Amino acid sequence: MDIILNTLITLSLLGAVLAVILYVVAQKFKVYEDPRIDVVEALTPGANCGGCGLPGCRGFAEACVKAETLDGLFCPAGGNETMKKIAEALGLTTVEAEPKVAVVRCNGTHEKRNKTTYYDGPSSCAIEHSLYMGDTDCAYGCLGLGDCVAKCTFDAMYMDKESGLPMIDENKCTACGACVKACPRKIIELRNKGKKNRRIYVSCVNHDKGADARRACGAACIACNKCVKTCPYEAIVIENFCAYIDFEKCKLCRKCVAECPTGAILEVNFPPRKEKVENAEETAVS
Amino acid sequence: MLKTFPKGGVHPHENKFSAGKSIETIELPKQVSIPVSQHLGAPAQPVVNKGDEVKVGQLIAKSAGFISANIHSSVSGKVSKIEKILDSTGYKQTAIIIDVEGDEWLPEIDRSTELVEDIEKFTAEEIRAKVAEAGIVGLGGATFPTNVKISIPQGKVCENLIINAVECEPYLTSDHQLMLEKSDEIIVGARLLQKAAGAKKIYIGIENNKPDAIELMKKKAAKYQYIEVVALKVKYPQGGEKQLIKAVVNREVPSGGLPVDVGCVVQNVGTAYAVYEAVQKNKPLIERVVTVTGKSVSKPSNFLVRIGTPVSNLIEKAGGLPEDTGKIVNGGPMMGKAVKDLSIPVTKGTSGILIIKSDEAKRPKTYNCIRCARCVFVCPMGLEPYLIKNMATVGMYEELQNERVLDCMECGSCSYGCPAGVPLLDYIRLGKTNLNKILRSKKS
Repeated sequence: MDIILNTLITLSLLGAVLAVILYVVAQKFKVYEDPRIDVVEALTPGANCGGCGLPGCRGFAEACVKAETLDGLFCPAGGNETMKKIAEALGLTTVEAEPKVAVVRCNGTHEKRNKTTYYDGPSSCAIEHSLYMGDTDCAYGCLGLGDCVAKCTFDAMYMDKESGLPMIDENKCTACGACVKACPRKIIELRNKGKKNRRIYVSCVNHDKGADARRACGAACIACNKCVKTCPYEAIVIENFCAYIDFEKCKLCRKCVAECPTGAILEVNFPPRKEKVENAEETAVS
Repeated sequence: MLKTFPKGGVHPHENKFSAGKSIETIELPKQVSIPVSQHLGAPAQPVVNKGDEVKVGQLIAKSAGFISANIHSSVSGKVSKIEKILDSTGYKQTAIIIDVEGDEWLPEIDRSTELVEDIEKFTAEEIRAKVAEAGIVGLGGATFPTNVKISIPQGKVCENLIINAVECEPYLTSDHQLMLEKSDEIIVGARLLQKAAGAKKIYIGIENNKPDAIELMKKKAAKYQYIEVVALKVKYPQGGEKQLIKAVVNREVPSGGLPVDVGCVVQNVGTAYAVYEAVQKNKPLIERVVTVTGKSVSKPSNFLVRIGTPVSNLIEKAGGLPEDTGKIVNGGPMMGKAVKDLSIPVTKGTSGILIIKSDEAKRPKTYNCIRCARCVFVCPMGLEPYLIKNMATVGMYEELQNERVLDCMECGSCSYGCPAGVPLLDYIRLGKTNLNKILRSKKS
């Protein structure tokens, strides 16, 4: 009987002392965390894609709560809707950003760009890029091994078997930029989604002179200057033998698309051409 | 018991088909393309313009920075253009293209074959200046500017100069043949290097598969007490700087350190010969010995080639391109890089052109790692290639740095030894490049 009693008393005392120590330590080393961080984190998509440039959605929420204005903080995966909710929760304002989408600026399909060597190294664009120019004669275009697809968190990319190029599902793409970072050749760009999802862009990034570029690939930009001359809005510039369309200046008139001799300028989501001429004029007038 | 380095190493088949073939001089091509970046470090700055007349040995591009090298014209003629040409990996780099007219040398270059032994007339300072002026770089393949290597930083002492005559790469014989034909000149070159670096002793490390060269060099070195010829056990990659130091003087270069930290400077035999020519004959680095070889090549040979000669000329001279060619490698089979186009020029770092038959050219099929630790066993730097590969794949860069990935010298022993055919080196190289990029961006 004594043993039981002694044990009970000792253990209870021990428990009480330890509880006091624990309480003191917990008070002393207490970390205050703004409760709003949890609120903001709950509003984010929770994909941890890193598109905002911060370490995950929690990191983004912490940055939002700490910041005095939301300038420079944007969640590409959640978009304007999420940002509006976060701004409301924090009593701040946010500027509506133009939604973006990733585009692959290479149109060198198997058909247009012949393979001149055989690559049998590891299936990684980064490794092939570091070893040599690639299995075609173009040292700038897509290598087709899918480093970008592997990095996509939103299942918005796939490799098209027929063309050998990565394809982007614009409904799923959140423009987080993971593929842009993964591509060793820097051919993927985030561009404005555009009105009615319509976009025009130069699908080539080569820096070779026209003749060399043409020899390597049938869909290369040869820097012929035709598009620059045609563009009424001065939206096209040629740098290092490659044209680039500034999406901020482009009014989607589509005149350059018809001019391009190699078909390097692509138009996306436009209705078929005949009606388009009228539409284009309307856009231009308005 | 012959000396060698203790850690790792492999024994690839030697296949030295061109051994003993005397060095043939290749006739001048119609046009040469001389890249301005043939060395480690900053590309040289062209100092000639289109249409300029140049003579053999004339400076055409000036060293741009501390680690950089001068480039000289290897032919006489007219500069036809300065434009971007393909290099051996297929990427473009600037080159000076010269149309050859005659063979007119600069008057100050001594073209006689007479041996000039007197090295007393030059001070160490003068030798270094002449080496820098002649644009000499490490001819073993790494192409590090020689004058930088023999300028010993303050507070460091160079005790031993080690002449690297190991030529551990299979197939290649250019250094071997050079030793057989130019032994006297090499000894003088080594003494010049020794004087410039302030070393007390010269070691000449030669692998035991070249007994004729060992014997000859021993005979020539006999009259100098401070020169010792060291015969080494055959093992790849003994020609690596750190391995050679360990094998010859039994010192270990610390991780991330330089050979001079343990009082050594390593120079290739080809470099020693080039230094002799530059100092005693005023001849800049405008030609080098290149081995053209392969199992299917009808005439494996060693050629003396002017820098800028297209590789296709060499292959033509060695009996033409065999029909069943699968791959053409610039360098040896272990560390060389596959060539994309035959129009590429011979550069200062081209030690050999290897032609591989199509049935041997393909990589082995890759299986999963079987955890046999063969890669760990063969790594001469004591790294863990399988682990580095996995870290590089997932991008654990901090851990990669802790695993000393930057010590890897890309000898390829791990890929060679892997029974599962995993291309370990490709992944390690990827990790190295990315880590270097991060470290550089942190610095700036």
